[in-house]
Parts: sequence; C-alpha cells; structure tokens
Amino acid sequence: MKPRQQRMLAVGLVALGVIVATTLTLRAMKDNMMFFIDISDVAQGDYPKDRNFRIGGLVVDGSVKRQEGSMDISFVVTDLHCNLPVRYSGVLPDLFREGQGVVAHGRLGDDGVFVADTILAKHDENYMAPEVADSLADHVKDETQRVAGKTGACTPQ
Amino acid sequence: MIPEIGHFALILALALAIVQGILPLVGAHRGDATLMSVARPAIAGQLLFVALAYACLTWAFLHDDFSVLYVASHSQLALPFMYKATAVWGGHEGSVLLWILLIAAWTGAVARFSRRLPQPFVARVIGVLGLLSTGFLLYTLLTSNPFDRLSPAPADGGDLNPLLQDPGFVMHPPLLYVGYVGFSVAFAFAVAAMLSGNLDRKWARWTRPWTTAAWMFLTIGIALGSWWSYNELGWGGWWFWDPVENASFMPWLVGTALIHSLAVTEKRGLFKSWTLLLAITAFSLSLLGTFLVRSGVLISVHAFVSDPTRGYAILAFLAIVILGALTLYALRAPDLDSDAGFRPTSRETFLLLNNVLLVVAAALVFIGTLAPLVFEMANIGKISIGPPWFNVAFIIPMLPLVYLVGVGMHTAWRHHATSLLPKSLRWPAAIALVLGILIPGLVYGRFGVLVCVGTVAAFWVMGSALVDPIRSWRRAAGTPGLRPGVLGMSVAHFGVGLFVLGVTLVSAFTVETDRSMREGQALDVAGHTFELRELRDVQGPNYSAIEGAIEIRDNGKFIGEVLPQKRQYLVQKNWMTEAGINVHWNKDLFVALGDQLGNDAWSVRIQYKPMIRFIWLGALVMAIGGLIALSDRRYRGGPTQEEDS
Repeated sequence: MKPRQQRMLAVGLVALGVIVATTLTLRAMKDNMMFFIDISDVAQGDYPKDRNFRIGGLVVDGSVKRQEGSMDISFVVTDLHCNLPVRYSGVLPDLFREGQGVVAHGRLGDDGVFVADTILAKHDENYMAPEVADSLADHVKDETQRVAGKTGACTPQ
Repeated sequence: MIPEIGHFALILALALAIVQGILPLVGAHRGDATLMSVARPAIAGQLLFVALAYACLTWAFLHDDFSVLYVASHSQLALPFMYKATAVWGGHEGSVLLWILLIAAWTGAVARFSRRLPQPFVARVIGVLGLLSTGFLLYTLLTSNPFDRLSPAPADGGDLNPLLQDPGFVMHPPLLYVGYVGFSVAFAFAVAAMLSGNLDRKWARWTRPWTTAAWMFLTIGIALGSWWSYNELGWGGWWFWDPVENASFMPWLVGTALIHSLAVTEKRGLFKSWTLLLAITAFSLSLLGTFLVRSGVLISVHAFVSDPTRGYAILAFLAIVILGALTLYALRAPDLDSDAGFRPTSRETFLLLNNVLLVVAAALVFIGTLAPLVFEMANIGKISIGPPWFNVAFIIPMLPLVYLVGVGMHTAWRHHATSLLPKSLRWPAAIALVLGILIPGLVYGRFGVLVCVGTVAAFWVMGSALVDPIRSWRRAAGTPGLRPGVLGMSVAHFGVGLFVLGVTLVSAFTVETDRSMREGQALDVAGHTFELRELRDVQGPNYSAIEGAIEIRDNGKFIGEVLPQKRQYLVQKNWMTEAGINVHWNKDLFVALGDQLGNDAWSVRIQYKPMIRFIWLGALVMAIGGLIALSDRRYRGGPTQEEDS
C-alpha cells in the first residue's frame, strides 16, 4: 500500500471502530445509565417508573429496623425536606449508620417503598457523595424558606 | 527545624528545575554546547534537593512531629512503623511530593543512561522534563505544601485512613506513580524529536526501552491496586471501573498501543506521527488521572481530597501541557511521514489493528468515565455509569484484539507471502478449540457461547505465544536462539492469555451469596462447607476487632480456616471489614463478616472465585515480558549502531 492509502485505511478503521463501538455502547447505555433523583422529586412522582435509579440522603435517626436474626432491613432516607422508606436485604457497607449519608440503587415499589439492590456509604466519614451534598444543600435552603412561610411542606402526590 | 529544611530544599529544587527547564533548551536551539551541558548538573542538583525534602517529610512521620499539619492528619503514635514510613504518600500533599521525586528520578536515569545519544537531543529531553518538574514544584509550593505547620501541635495525630493500612498499599501507589510518571519520559522524547524536527528509526529505538519500563511499572501498579481492593475493600471485587481505576487504565491502554506503534516506527520507519500522538496522549492521560483524583470532580472511593483550587491548578497545567504539545505536533507532524508502504497481509497491518482497537478501548473508557461529568455540566441530570456498561463496551474492541494477537505475532514485516495460518499455528489453534470448549463444561459443568469464546481466546493466545520459544528450544545446536525482544513479546502475550483465562472463568463461574450465620452453624456454598466455629474479640495495635473462625471443608475434607474480621480503628472510630480468604491455585474461597443481625446471628458474604489468581498472575507475566524485552542489548548501543531483524 502507498502511504496515502495507509493513512486512509488507518483513519477509516479508527472512525469505523469508534462509530461501531459508540453505537453499541449507546444501546447498552440505556440500561446501565442510572439517574440520581432527589427524594423530593420521588415524592412528587417525578422518577423513572420502568427502570432503576439512584437516591441519596441521610439515614433518619431511629428509623433503622431489622427483623431479628434476618438479613432484611428497612430504614428511612431524608433529603431534609421529604422522606423515603427503603427496604434492603443483604450485607450493609461498613460506614452505614443512622444520621450518615447514604446512596441506594434500586426502584420504587408499588407500596411506595424504595427497594434497594445496592447500598453505598462512603469510606471516609467526612466525605459525602457530591450529589447527596447538593441535594441536601438545596433543601436546607427550601426548609428555611418553608419555616418563613414561603414554600409548602413536602406534599406527596 | 527539619520540616523547614524540607521546605527550603523544595524551593531550591524549584530554582534548579527552572534552570534545567530553560538553559538546555535554549542551548539546543542555538547549538551552544556550554548551555546544553548545564542539563546534567541541574538534574543532579534537583534530584538531590527533592530527595532531601522527601527525606525530611519521612523524618517528620517517623518522629511523630504532629506540628506538621500533614503528619498530624495522616499519622498517629500507635501506627505501626511500616505504615508511618509509607503514610508519606497516604494523602494529597505527600503523593504530589512522591510524584516530583519520581519525575526527578526518571530524569536522572535518562541523564545517566543516555550518554551515547547526541547532546542536543538529551539536552532537549532533560529540558522538557525540567519544565514538567517546574510545573509540579510550583503546584506543590503554592497549593499543597506538605510542610505547613499546625499550631498548637496536637498530642496525637488523626491516623492514616484504615483502608490504606495494608501491605498492598505499601507498594501500589509508588509503582503506579513510577509508571504514570515514566510516560513523561516518552512524552519528553516525543517533544524533543518534534523540536529538532528529526524523527527517525533511531529515535524510536531510544524511546522504546523507556516506554517499556514505564509500561511495566504501570502494569504491576494497576495489578497491585486490583489485588489491594480485592483484599481491603472487603467485598471480593477485583475491578470496579471506578473513575480513578479508569484513570490509571487509560494511560495503560494507550501506552500499550505506543509500545506496539514504536515497534513499527523502529523496524520500518512508519507510523511516525501516530507514534508521537500516542506518546503525547499517554502522558496527557496520566495527568488527567491526577486531575480526576485530586480535584474531586468525580465520585470515587479514591476521591479523598476535594479542593477546587487544586483542581483548577492541575487543569491549567494539563491544558498548557496538552495544548503546547499538540500545537508543536500540528506544526511538525506533516513533515514526518515516510514513503515506505506495506501490504495488507503484513505485520504492519496487524499492529495497525492493535493500535486502532486499543485506542478505541481507551476512548470508550474515557467516554464512560467522563459522561457523568458532561451530563451534569449540560444540566441533563445526575447519572452514573455502572460496571455492566464498561464490561460490555470494553469487550467489543478487546475480544477481536485477543484473537488477532495470535496471528499477528507470527506475521512477517512488509509482506507475508504464505498463509496467515501456517502449519506451526494449526496445532495451537486446534488445542485452543478443544481445551477452550471442553474446560468450561467438564470442569465447571456449564457450556456457554460467551464463556467458550473467552477460554478459546485465552488458550489460543497462550498457545501461539509458545510457538517461538518451543521452536527455539528445539533448534539445532549452534543456531542462534531467540532474541530477548522476541522472547519478551512471547512471554507478555502468554501473560495476556493467562489474564483472559482468569477474567473469563471468574466472570462466568463466581458464586456469591449473603447469608445469616450463627456460631456452630454450617453452610454449603459452591460445593464447599463453611462452618462458623467461633466468634471472638481480638486486639490489634491500633484497632479492636471481632473475628470469626470459619472452617472450610471440601466434600468433608478440611481444606483450610479463614479468620475474617470486623475492625474498629481506635482513633477514627471507623468500622472496617477485613475479609478472610482461603487461597488455592485454581480458586479463592472468600468470607467477609457483615453486620450483627441480632439473636447472635451475623450476616456473612461467602464467595467462590475460580481462577482469580490468574488475573494478577497474567499481569505479572506481562510485566516480566517487558523486563525481558528491556534486557535486549540492542537498546544499550549508541546512536551509530544500526541493526535490523
């Protein structure tokens, strides 16, 4: 092959590879891309109904309940504005604790309980997932306004 | 006093790095031998002062000098000695200092081992590395000085993150950094070649050993990181597609492409501008990795620092390096192309495909890692992209690559006149087909198309990698043996096969279950019996723990006991899971304690992981292949020695 053909071949192959891979991965993306939804939005019914998503917030003090001797656990997560009950069965991460930040993957059941298949708590107790921190910060603002009578309380759909 | 000496040494190192970064480059431009000869003394001095600064920080750790902020927040009186010495790189400031020490050390090595190269070229390389050192020294002095004092000094420190108190951690970050930083040498060689406008096959031969060395360290560093997270994160995964893992993996993929493209440039004088681009990309991705880790822009278990100024500073540095190098590239690359051609059936074609596939893989990892960031900035929403996506995306370019390796290794340069599947390859092909199809079914009791595609690929690469060594072993007395370069390639590709075998079998046949368990209770998982004999309290030097003693039996026969722990570190009060792992050559039996469930029951995660050791063994064998290739005497020759094979 002459150099110009070589270059064409190389460029063509790279382009083809990226196009094929991107198309295939975009198709795959649809199922593997999980949106993070504010708990307040979940309470408003504003969440993906037919697929998994992620929620995050603080575990409400005193809300962690466990069936004695079983792996099933339930607790409530709050974004300081709305609350969401969560159900999970399995081993919890080391830093899972009441009053601490937590992220859960899963979907919302018909009974309004979030059924988690994965629970994440971060490895450093001072560290909070940025998305959770954002979500909390938004609602701290809202809460101050609500107390001042400017916005309504959490109004589930 | 000692910390001030360290601080002062860093400032002196900066002064010398500026000298090292400017005078030799000016000298090379003007053809002034006096200015060029500044390069070696300057790097010797810089290395000396950086090493002194590093020693001072280590001293502060070993003597529990908690008046140094960085020591106070990353160490503690009761921390074992080994972890005090290694806590130096347990946080942001110290790891930047380690980075600076390593780049100076690599530069020192270049100065030492390149005496036979032309002076202007070496002066340019050392000068470019000096500019990089300058950037990092400025960064550390302005934004992350490890010698900052804390007043009043606390009586005890805040302890090293318990996750980092593991033997794997002692070696993982330094090796990874040696590899990361090593690509700066290939980068500097590329920039030096572009500055001089002189890029020939000799240039590729000079660059190859440095690239291979950096790649080797990066390979071991990544493998150790995987092994560390398997042991220490406690839940039995060996690769999480975590942004920071990806950050180390992207330079590895591009670096691997670079090694192969350099081979073409050296042997045939082709792919020159492409090689340059890969050298620039590999190092830019190393810098990008640093940015991702240090800025906290991405959610990651590694994101232990989030300070926007630091992020912006690294981003600015990154922009200067990449834009500078690419501008130079745009000016110079058009003049570089060669007139030589090659036929579609030639080794060049296979190496071209290798490069295309590796770069596509790196691009996909890049897209997956940065997509959440782009989505958030474009206000589309907060998304996360999970391991399933990466697993699928990554296999698309990698599987064809693994199959092509077997043929490509045995194809001739320029034009391969005979069949692409010669007689010598038919045996490996047949054996791979038989073993690859039978093993999943006979050993693991389940046939599956995808599994077989993986196992056949693994045996195919291993078999075809053995062809040359076996031929050499059976050769007639007196005929020349394998060159280290060819042997190194065979060994590294054999390592690829081991790795693919491990990954395929672990992914397909892992058994993983979370159960509740009481003392005296036994559970059957994957044909093994796990009996919880006893739960007891144990005391470590800086933690207390609950330990389970679990006996494992295979068909009633005792094969081992594991002691998983739940540790509470005394200073940070964090709970940590320390898994108990029973290791065999062909399987790991993994037990981790979960939570106390009440009624004396504990949740326990039990896993059966077949062939997982082959993943790390494969990586190690790849690195050994690199080491063998490095020993080729051809790389020690001067610029005048010309060889071909």
